[in-house]
Amino acid sequence: MKIKNNMLYMKKQSKLNQNFQKIYDNARKKLTKKQKNNIIMITCGCFVGLINGLLGGGGGLICVPLLEKFLHFEKKKAHATSISIIFPLSLISAFVYVFSGNIPSLPLVFVTLGVVCGGVSGALLLKVLPEKVVSIVFACIMIVAGLRLVL
Amino acid sequence: MSVSLQILFGLIGGIFGGMGMGGGTLLIPLLVIFLNFSQTASQGINLIAFLTMSLFSLFIHFKNGLVVLEGIYKIILSGIVFAVMGSLLANFLPTSILRKIYGVCLLVFGLYTIFEILKKQRKNAKK
Repeated sequence: MKIKNNMLYMKKQSKLNQNFQKIYDNARKKLTKKQKNNIIMITCGCFVGLINGLLGGGGGLICVPLLEKFLHFEKKKAHATSISIIFPLSLISAFVYVFSGNIPSLPLVFVTLGVVCGGVSGALLLKVLPEKVVSIVFACIMIVAGLRLVL
Repeated sequence: MSVSLQILFGLIGGIFGGMGMGGGTLLIPLLVIFLNFSQTASQGINLIAFLTMSLFSLFIHFKNGLVVLEGIYKIILSGIVFAVMGSLLANFLPTSILRKIYGVCLLVFGLYTIFEILKKQRKNAKK
C-alpha cells in the first residue's frame, strides 16, 4: 500500500515537473521571439533611414521587402505601412536638405506638380497595366540609369 | 522648355511612384542626366515632391485600413536618427561621389528586381 502510494506520488510529481518545464520553456521562447522582433525592427529602421536620407528616396524599395520577409507582412499592408514609416523619415531628411540650402526653389514647384499629377494617374493605371511588364521596364531603366551615373 | 521637361519628368516619376515602385529612383537620374541638376539638389527635390504625394496616398491607405501601426514607432524612432545622419552625409559629400554611390545602388536595385521576377517565374513554372 505504502509503496503504491509512493509511486503515485512520484508520478504526480514528475508530471508536475514536466508541466512546469513546458510553461517555463514557452515563456522563454515568447520572450526571445519578442526581443528578436524588436531587434529586427530597430535594425530595419536604421537601414531604411540611412538609405532614405543618403539617397534622397528609395526607402520604400528596401522597406517593403524587409517588412515582407522579416516581419511577415502581406504585400498590400507592407506597402501601406512602409509609406507611413518613410513619411516621417523623409520629412526629417527634407528639413536637413532645405537647411543646407542645396535645393533650387522654382524647379521644386514644377517637379512637385508633375509628381502629384503622375502619382494620381499611376494609382489609377495600376489596375489596368500588367504588373510584371511594368516592373521589368522599371528594372531595365534603373540599370541603364545606374550605369550612366556610375560611368 | 526646361519647365515643361521638369513637369514631364515629375509626371513619369509620379506614375511609377503611384504604382508603388519607388518613382523617386527614376526621377533623380532623369533630373541629373537630362537637366544637369546636381545630385544633391535632385535628391532634395525628390524628397519634397514625394512627401507631397505620399500625403495623399497615406490618406487613402489609412481609409482602407491597410496601415499597421502596431510597434511601428520602433522602426520610425531608430530610422529618424539614421535619416538625419544619412542626409547630413549626403549634403557634405562631394556631388560626384554621391552620384556614383547612387548609381551603384540603382544597379543593385535593378538587378535585384529582375532576379526576383525570374525567381517568381520559376516558381510558377514548377506549379
